[in-house]
Amino acid sequence: MAKLVEIRNLKVEAKTDSGRRVEIIRGVGFDIQEGEIVALIGESGSGKTTIALTLMGYARPGCRISGGEVLLAGKDMASLSEKTRAKIRGTEVAYIPQSAAAAFNPAQTIMEQVIEITRIHDLMPVEDAKARAVELFKALSLPNPETIGARYPHQVSGGQLQRLSAAMALIGNPKLVIFDEPTTALDVTTQIEVLKAFKSVMKTGSIAGVYVSHDLAVVAQVADRIVVLKGGEIQEIGTTEQILSSPSHPYTRELLAAFEPKLYASPAQATADKTPALLEVTDIVAGYGPIQPNGLPTAVALKSVSVRLEAGHNLGIIGESGCGKSTLARVIAGILPPVSGDIVFDGKQLAADARYRRREELRRLQIVFQFADTALNPAKSIGDILGRPLAFYGNPSARQREARIEQLLDMVHLPAAIKHRRPAELSGGQKQRVNLARALAAEPKIILCDEITSALDTVVAAAIIDLLKELQRELGLSYVFISHDLSTVQAICDEIIVMYAGEKIEQLSSADLAGGAKHPYSKLLFSSVPKLDTGWLDGLQQDDELIRAFASR
Amino acid sequence: MALTAFTPRKLGFRFNIVGMLGFAVILLWALVAIFAPLIIPYSIGDIVDFDYFGPISAKFWLGTDYLGRDILSRILMGARYTVGISLAAVCVSCVSGVALGMIAAVIGGWFDSVLSRFLDALNSIPSKLFGLVVVAGVGSSIPVLILTLAVIYTPGAYRFARALSVNINTMDFITVARARGEGTLYLIRSEILPNILAPVMADLGLRFVFIVLLLSGLSFLGLGVQPPNADWGALVRENIGGLPFGAPAVIFPSIAIASLTISVNLLIDNLPQKIRDRSN
Repeated sequence: MAKLVEIRNLKVEAKTDSGRRVEIIRGVGFDIQEGEIVALIGESGSGKTTIALTLMGYARPGCRISGGEVLLAGKDMASLSEKTRAKIRGTEVAYIPQSAAAAFNPAQTIMEQVIEITRIHDLMPVEDAKARAVELFKALSLPNPETIGARYPHQVSGGQLQRLSAAMALIGNPKLVIFDEPTTALDVTTQIEVLKAFKSVMKTGSIAGVYVSHDLAVVAQVADRIVVLKGGEIQEIGTTEQILSSPSHPYTRELLAAFEPKLYASPAQATADKTPALLEVTDIVAGYGPIQPNGLPTAVALKSVSVRLEAGHNLGIIGESGCGKSTLARVIAGILPPVSGDIVFDGKQLAADARYRRREELRRLQIVFQFADTALNPAKSIGDILGRPLAFYGNPSARQREARIEQLLDMVHLPAAIKHRRPAELSGGQKQRVNLARALAAEPKIILCDEITSALDTVVAAAIIDLLKELQRELGLSYVFISHDLSTVQAICDEIIVMYAGEKIEQLSSADLAGGAKHPYSKLLFSSVPKLDTGWLDGLQQDDELIRAFASR
Repeated sequence: MALTAFTPRKLGFRFNIVGMLGFAVILLWALVAIFAPLIIPYSIGDIVDFDYFGPISAKFWLGTDYLGRDILSRILMGARYTVGISLAAVCVSCVSGVALGMIAAVIGGWFDSVLSRFLDALNSIPSKLFGLVVVAGVGSSIPVLILTLAVIYTPGAYRFARALSVNINTMDFITVARARGEGTLYLIRSEILPNILAPVMADLGLRFVFIVLLLSGLSFLGLGVQPPNADWGALVRENIGGLPFGAPAVIFPSIAIASLTISVNLLIDNLPQKIRDRSN
């Protein structure tokens, strides 16, 4: 097959706030054959999206292509005039963004937006374009392909919208499609359908693709070849099989290792139910909005959920977006008072609202959030952020406090010098460590971890999980670990609760998840997690009945 | 995990040239306001020239007014009233507005609704009319002027600060502080205020300009500073009769008002990047 894309010694420069120029892509070069899907994989900041965008001759504001060439069907996208590039975009190369919800205009119908490219480039009459769009909707196995175009973006689900954005990209009959993490924001059960649809249209049309992702398991399902990136440089290029089975570069091995599910061995002795529960939550009903006449809030997020956590054990809570798992954490922490239900912590009933809880009770129950950057006050130094809980719960002298701050930073493996910095000067993983250190400063018994690794890169997340385990061994903590990612929860919890639509569906031992699952939704959820195996998606058999019942596709 | 090299924070701000110019003019007027009694060539009440609406001369640099008093001296002393009253009023209105705005954002609920509607109602009264009524009712004195101007501009400062605080209030670090059991005062002082300070300072500057203009307007209507003292607005009014003669007595007080307000705007628009960045 002929080469469709040739990237030679590509360099991209970015301008920092202080006006300095930094090279963020350093001499990258690879080819894409016609009809081939190449995946760009790497952690955030590795330059994967930047490279993908250069295929359209585009560099984000503040960046510029400073060297090398990007040949698309013989034309150098890096040196063409903006006007010529605009002609090529949409007709020869198309882009599918990460968030379809943000890519659609909420004020126009879907059909208008899908056929917009044909109008801009004057490709075909409107009627033909609409017919072609319906064909694409069919090919992408969208429901009601004839009428879905008449709806507005908010009237379809996230998975459907993502497939519609693919239709938008494919309508101009491009030779190359750029997928920029198109399934990252989707739930696993939805992701499968989207991946299947993408794969089948790309294969039938033999369209070449660039698939940008940080998720090796997803990439393994769709890509023919994988380019592993780090720090703007190529670490390794190989066929998907080769990268997965015999990676040659140490960084690739690290990525693969971080993906290996590590089963958790609890440090606490498994005892009979005799031990009193450290945290016992019974029949919690909670939600948002004003209370209705029937005594329930407008939007009920939790319908009578009970959980029980023993000292030294870890409880995982898993479920897809909107299942109420974060609401449960907020209820336990007293941020969202429940409508009814009891929270008993260490033998004592806790007040529903954190404002009425005693300081000592608050101290022993800490919460850590998903987004490390919004959880740290940007105007304060790390030392001040860690010092506050120390001063609030105890009253140490200034010297004791300084010593304790350094000790806390040491516990989370950060250098003491970091205490003079502000949150903006830290990386994502470092910020999450500071968040943990702030929770530890209160010397808690339980830490509620709300998706704390979800916003982090695989390797960094694995390091945080290791840190959590180490802290548990040293300090005798218990965690309530909330996540949508099965392998993360499995890596740290003894017991796992599966939640669906505000209800606790099942409680399972983490060692025997697949075998122990009785409830059909748990089975569907567990079988939908992509595996590091190129044939997994094609060989996947799921019960259509189940999918209709539970997956919000 | 690799650590990025420690970069010492640079001290001092880099202004661009326009910002510098604005700052210099403001500084000049501030110094004039402070040292006016020491630098005026003539006492402000003295009739020093037999000619009224006198021209610019070596003796009277900016001419004389309708009674033959030295305009330069009167402008320099007028700076005290214009800058001083405006500064006091802007400080009172911003401190009270920002404090109330933050409290409303943090407490929320009915407290927020009641306070917001009350201040909206206050905001709906035309500012000149309000000043007119107050001054007609209780008479014009400097404390009355300061308080009236402060009351007129508090709702604006409140709205601005509340909007910013509501955004900060939804951040996770506030939730963490609430879950820790922190009180309202701590949330306001330590978590919210540092994060809204930069835009609030910029707003303070703009509000200062509005107050200077309103004060000048009130004085022009005869409701502001009372004779024989005069702020710049009053100087324009006193000498308005000189306008047909092109008398410098009416031109220069106007220029003084314009120079101060334009300079404040230029400074705000060209604040150093470092101050502006903190609001992001």
